[in-house]
Amino acid sequence: MTSTFSLNPISDVNQLLTFQFMRSALEAGTIVAVLAAVAGWYMVLRRQAFAGHTLSVMAFPGATGAALAGLPTALGYYVACSAAAVAMGRTAATSRPRTAAGYSNETASIGTVQTVGLAAGFLFLSLNHAVLGGPETLLFGTFLGITGGEVITLLVVALAVLALLGVISRPLLFASVDPEVARARGVPVTALDVLFLLLLGLAIAAASQITGALLVFALLVAPPAAAQQLTMRPLLGLCLSVAFALVVVWLGLGIAYFSIYPVGFYTTTVATALYVLARLARRLA
Amino acid sequence: MAGLPALGDRAGAAPSHGPLSTALKLSDASIALGGRRILERLALEVGRGEFVAVLGPNGAGKSTLMRAILGLVPLQAGEAMVLGTRPAQARSAIGYLPQRRSFDQSVRVRGVDLVTLGLDGARWGLPIGLSASARARRRAERTKVREMIELVGAGAYAQRPIGQLSGGEQQRLLIAQALVRDPELLILDEPLDSLDLPNQAAVAGLISRICTSSGVTVLLVAHDVNPLLGYIDRVIYLAGGRALSGPVDEVITATKLSRLYGAPIEVLRTADGRLVVVGTPEAPHHHGDRHEHP
Repeated sequence: MTSTFSLNPISDVNQLLTFQFMRSALEAGTIVAVLAAVAGWYMVLRRQAFAGHTLSVMAFPGATGAALAGLPTALGYYVACSAAAVAMGRTAATSRPRTAAGYSNETASIGTVQTVGLAAGFLFLSLNHAVLGGPETLLFGTFLGITGGEVITLLVVALAVLALLGVISRPLLFASVDPEVARARGVPVTALDVLFLLLLGLAIAAASQITGALLVFALLVAPPAAAQQLTMRPLLGLCLSVAFALVVVWLGLGIAYFSIYPVGFYTTTVATALYVLARLARRLA
Repeated sequence: MAGLPALGDRAGAAPSHGPLSTALKLSDASIALGGRRILERLALEVGRGEFVAVLGPNGAGKSTLMRAILGLVPLQAGEAMVLGTRPAQARSAIGYLPQRRSFDQSVRVRGVDLVTLGLDGARWGLPIGLSASARARRRAERTKVREMIELVGAGAYAQRPIGQLSGGEQQRLLIAQALVRDPELLILDEPLDSLDLPNQAAVAGLISRICTSSGVTVLLVAHDVNPLLGYIDRVIYLAGGRALSGPVDEVITATKLSRLYGAPIEVLRTADGRLVVVGTPEAPHHHGDRHEHP
């Protein structure tokens, strides 16, 4: 059966769901969308996009390093992302005064982590070129090669991260918008800084195994940023962010099925279009 | 949850713990910051329900003293009793407005959400009421937030992003945030800073009204005493690591301040009752962003 696009949406969707690989991709994509949209909402609010980008790049040395050491690739993702998150969180916590200089310091240390990660990834890759297909899969994802077992693992990690984010939702919001008053009220601001980066790292590690290291970032940034353009209400913003991310993944996968070009291109395009539309809508409102 | 006062049950009620008449007592308290001693053997007492201005030149340790009262900075020596207990333990009964410039333009958080965070921001768990009692509590909290916003007169702009409000509007919402848990002690660090003169007078009057009506003790850090004259019960004047405390007319005098600074100081009174302190070692135009009007 060849994939041919018709004008009948029901037959198109039926066609999409015929194959197991497509069902797995949709399941995994849905989990990734919810996870990235929620973690990304806080990331955008906290203006930690640079830290988030660095964490997604960490998947590269993680995967190549694990392959070199003969360990499961997934383990490499989790170890590299959480190690980088803790390293960045610690430097941020110790250099987080209320001055502009402190923030530039933080940016510099994150940049350093990113460079070291990329360099290490390249080294691991050149030492071990035979085992991995090449950097393309790591960077741009393997959306269409997911097994049922991987979906289960992804679901478990996503539920754990989302549950923890739920528990810390309000103190984290308080610490993000008003850290000084939050600290005076007894909110453990420094611990939350580190914990949030760690959760973000885990979310990215889980998601980037499917979307690839570079495209996870599109899912982390664009839907929450579009949501925050449209509403200032925290709860509504989170829900909108999740809805946008689902649209991005479903549309991206759906279009890619009927096309010869990669999934990542379509998800990124849909995400960017949503963000641009949200900005336009806000300007017109 | 422990330490969470029931909503609205404190107005006019007798203070629940500690020596009834004392909100704050420092004995022989010394504070050091980065190895440098900022405040030396302070002895201070503030009564419950008093409106006290904390004055002094920049770098005198006003903000540091406030942070020590909150338990955010440890005492190097001596003792502090806040609301009858140790500083850090009293935190849940203190409303705090830290010294800050303001929220910048791009902060997309509504004023009402910021006030709400003052009420429930330290609570773990999802902000969704699942049981009937949780829903009732959330309703009561929303009412409380609305009341506070009305009290400070911010109803007209509480739904707008905080970063797009004027300094005076932001300050009113932040005062509502500090008040929303019915604190017994209110610590306001330079709330009049960056406000124009009419707004300084209006905010000072507002704080004084709240202090009288709810019986809350207020410590207000200020750069200039003049907008507060007529409202405050007492001043605490910090300089050179030491402190003077008492009514305005007894503390802000040439003799007392000269002794505190260890330098000759003159205090002038203008025809309309304003106080001008002349000869302080601090350069008067050091801070371009402040409204000084000696």
